[in-house]
Amino acid sequence: MTRELLKGNEAVAEAAIRAGLQAYFGYPITPQTELLEWMSRRMPELGRAFVQAESELGAINMVYGAACTGVRAMTSSSSPGISLMMEGLSYIAGTEVPMVLINVMRGGPGLGNINPAQGDYNQIVHGGGHGDYHAIVLTPSSVQESIDLTVLAFDLAEKYRAIAVVLTDGSIGQMMEPAELPPMQPLKTTFPNWAVSGAMGRERRILSSIYMDAHEEEQTNLRLMQRWQQVEANEVRYKEYYLDDARFVVVGFGSAGRVALSAVRAAREKGYPVGLLRPITVSPFPSQVIAELCKQADGFLVTEMNSGQMLDDVRLAVAGRAPIEFYGRMGGVVPFPDEILEEIERVIHLPLTSDGNPRNRWLKRMIQYN
Amino acid sequence: MVTAEPRTEEIVFSRPRALVDVNTHYCPGCTHGVAHRLVAEVIDEMNIRERTIGVASVGCSVFAYNYFDFDFVQAPHGRAPAMATGIKRALPDRIVLTYQGDGDMASIGMGEIVHAAARGENITVLFINNANYGMTGGQMAPTTLPGQKTTSSPLGRDVETQGYPLRACELLATLDGAGYIARRSLHDPKNIRLAKKAIRMAFENQVHGLGFSMVELLSICPTNWGISPVQGLKWIEEHMVPYYPLQDFKVNSQLAQVKI
Repeated sequence: MTRELLKGNEAVAEAAIRAGLQAYFGYPITPQTELLEWMSRRMPELGRAFVQAESELGAINMVYGAACTGVRAMTSSSSPGISLMMEGLSYIAGTEVPMVLINVMRGGPGLGNINPAQGDYNQIVHGGGHGDYHAIVLTPSSVQESIDLTVLAFDLAEKYRAIAVVLTDGSIGQMMEPAELPPMQPLKTTFPNWAVSGAMGRERRILSSIYMDAHEEEQTNLRLMQRWQQVEANEVRYKEYYLDDARFVVVGFGSAGRVALSAVRAAREKGYPVGLLRPITVSPFPSQVIAELCKQADGFLVTEMNSGQMLDDVRLAVAGRAPIEFYGRMGGVVPFPDEILEEIERVIHLPLTSDGNPRNRWLKRMIQYN
Repeated sequence: MVTAEPRTEEIVFSRPRALVDVNTHYCPGCTHGVAHRLVAEVIDEMNIRERTIGVASVGCSVFAYNYFDFDFVQAPHGRAPAMATGIKRALPDRIVLTYQGDGDMASIGMGEIVHAAARGENITVLFINNANYGMTGGQMAPTTLPGQKTTSSPLGRDVETQGYPLRACELLATLDGAGYIARRSLHDPKNIRLAKKAIRMAFENQVHGLGFSMVELLSICPTNWGISPVQGLKWIEEHMVPYYPLQDFKVNSQLAQVKI
């Protein structure tokens, strides 16, 4: 295969198709729409299912139905549309059927805007839908990584009978970069023994998320949590940059992580002992790695395109063992590398504290300078 | 001395193969049992049990999957037509049905049902209209008649503030994607026989690939209506049938040729 100039959203769509996607259901919303458009052309051409649903509610429940048959099914949307899908996602989690969701995040809350943002972190990572469940959440920072993680998402969803989310944003979805697509995988021909398909020569199968007996529901919750522990043990993924001798650690995911990498490179050129930890899975979260980094780090700088949602997970992992500072931009504003470099220099030169909440210190500065 | 003559017994009535041999949770006198049986009989007669997948909804029929002996899934409130769409698109040669009440289909699920019909989604919908929300204890439904008392319209449905009942068949029959739309009632044996015929037509519509099909069944809810089943059946005839006429609203011309 060769590298081609590919747009993020279209690359994700084609990667899903090559990963054996058999049924796609979606609804138009910027900045995700090219993904739906790509599917509308490619899926019928390959004889696979495509429906432009009446709403995101419709789309997620079509995915729910298709996923119950054991085929590889997915939908994609952007922040406001994802909110509408929360009911269906909770049912899908409760029914233990695998699916892939692409969230091309935009500015919010509310209708917000169509600029890249990371404000859905808490919604996607810490719940969203009702009840106790966890989704596997993968965060690409380039078109190539979007492709690779989309393929991985299908494998992980099936392996753990879980929801796998590719949490990206308008910047990565819209940008064009050279990237390589995977070869076309053949479609599945065997299906799991829980899938509904018509009770031909076998006992009937029932797929549901309802357990009227509280103890039975608790057993279901226990099963989900035990499975999640396996995910936590096996599937934590992250990338390290310049961390070997780093005394200051920047933590950022997706687009913010990519901008932070430019800043860290510039800081290294200036001779600062700075490295970057870029979580690939934000759920499960690389807490163990962060805990280890506490042994060498004089301080952490968390940078996000939100008000510090992942910051809370970093604080839990650091557990007071090192000072943490935060820098975020919100509402669809993407930070420049220079801004993060400035923050790195501030963190290195100023006395750091483990007292108080880094979010409050950041907010104070934000309000001062705006 | 008396000798017993050996006699051969012929079974003339039994449980359909497509129904599981269990007691249901439905209230005594409820017509859900009749509707279930009719669907199961039709599925047996058409010999499609082993390739049928059902979608249960939210409401009294949430547990329908416990009673039908074929593959079943259970949808979020109102979303059964979307789930059925996903199943049918993934497995086009299977027979897919949804079984929904009036609150589920004609209120919270109005978006899903209208668009499933508009797309000509090749599924069959069994729509149980008992003029109230049964599962939650008899609140006003979109199908509650003007003046009808429910726990959320205690003075009777006031159309000035609570609007008018919704006629789902009439509405969906306007859509080109609909192949068969009919309303029947379960209030007496004659109408039950007519209902079964309509259910058969709906499944034939799907088997022949003629698009969306739906049968609305006027049903009783004696527990929440607060009257006896016999009074309830009479109430359907006297009050519901005049508002919800029993007829075919849409019959695809190809379906009209099908002999059953």
